[in-house]
Amino acid sequence: MNYIQLGYSDLANAALLVVANAALSITLHLGLERRILVAAARMVVQLSLVGLVLKLLFVAVSPLWTGLAALAMVLFAGQEVLARQDRRFSGWWAYGLGTGSMLFAAGLVTLFGLTTALRPDPWYHPQYAIPLLGMVLGNTMTGVSLGLQTLTAQVVEQRAAIEARLALGETIRTALLPMVRKALRSASLPILNAMGTTGLVSLPGMMTGQILGGVEPAEAVKYQILIMFLISGGTAAGAVAAVLGGVGRLGDHRHRLRLDRLGPKREN
Amino acid sequence: MLEVEGLSRPGLEPATFAVAAGECLAVWGASGAGKSLLLRAVADLDPNHGRVSLDGVSREAMTGPDWRRRVVYLAAEPGWWAERVIDHFDDWTLQASGAERLLLPADIGEAPVARLSTGERQRLAILRALERRPSVLLLDEPTAALDAAARDAVEALLAERRAAGTALLWVTHDAAQSNRIARRRLVVETGRVREEA
Repeated sequence: MNYIQLGYSDLANAALLVVANAALSITLHLGLERRILVAAARMVVQLSLVGLVLKLLFVAVSPLWTGLAALAMVLFAGQEVLARQDRRFSGWWAYGLGTGSMLFAAGLVTLFGLTTALRPDPWYHPQYAIPLLGMVLGNTMTGVSLGLQTLTAQVVEQRAAIEARLALGETIRTALLPMVRKALRSASLPILNAMGTTGLVSLPGMMTGQILGGVEPAEAVKYQILIMFLISGGTAAGAVAAVLGGVGRLGDHRHRLRLDRLGPKREN
Repeated sequence: MLEVEGLSRPGLEPATFAVAAGECLAVWGASGAGKSLLLRAVADLDPNHGRVSLDGVSREAMTGPDWRRRVVYLAAEPGWWAERVIDHFDDWTLQASGAERLLLPADIGEAPVARLSTGERQRLAILRALERRPSVLLLDEPTAALDAAARDAVEALLAERRAAGTALLWVTHDAAQSNRIARRRLVVETGRVREEA
């Protein structure tokens, strides 16, 4: 495998584009220059740290350290799901529902990919486990966020319709079913769109990275197909877990709609 | 008979009263006094405390949906979950005569809900609630958006159901209507419920 190594000057040249973005923001009075620079700086620091951590993990090949790194990734993803919600569940559920759903879905799908397709030795080898989890988790996070966001927005908007059904003796599950369907459709759309356009409109980052790293395009494509299938499964499982968990929280044992368990709408 | 004892929830102090089968109890009070909260608590649509029973059977002895099939709440602004009127009924063909009696157009079943007037929606929601043949009907200003003719038609239809044994709890702001429909009156004042002598 051969590839062109990048020097720091190469990165500095590319960084000029970000500086140009900030300059554009100043010229057009967009007010985004600070955010552009902070986001770019954060990305550089985060990736540099991850590079260091991955280097250490690859040397150690320890199930404990690999597991802790994976857990930290899920916990950060949970924070991101929380930040994307306009209406959060009250108390521990606000963080727990999204995080728990991702832990379940991304964990399950990553284990499936590791044990049935990649089969590294040992099975938890961080060189495979961590990047795989990262790919699945990033997309599951989007699905879970969209699913919960759509569910809570729909339930608040459709409150009169839901309560009309409950008042006539229907169960909370029946009354919320249209909102559940809408939430799951919304959660599935990004990965469906991505699968439909990959290869025609865009070349996925992972595949591009592998090709740049010297991997045969045919091999890189096989990896990408595997990843897309895993992402599809992870997103569906995570969204279903989060949305059904949300439904459980929005209703109670007497089949009442419990909007008191949702916080007020946050302005982003 | 619907028996309510010490029913309370935030915004509503413990309320005790009873309504016999075939009886109508008018519920009276200023806007925001807690009338809707009272009806919603009886229907068990919000968390509440107290003992509520129907014909001697406690509300807790049955599931929420079972209770609400017997004790149906009709909101002041009823909600709709499907596009067409007909999709909100188990069997629309059985509602044709009821719709006619409530002065609704004969072809209203096929109409999209979004095109209906507030008054038409209110009358259709009454038919929808009656289709379930409840033992108790909790009515939250059911004629507020109606003209005199439609209001009289609703009162006449509900009087028939009352005669057949359905108990009514009827929120109204209209003193004349209150006198027409009920002999007993519950007064709600800032969350306190008392029966008017």
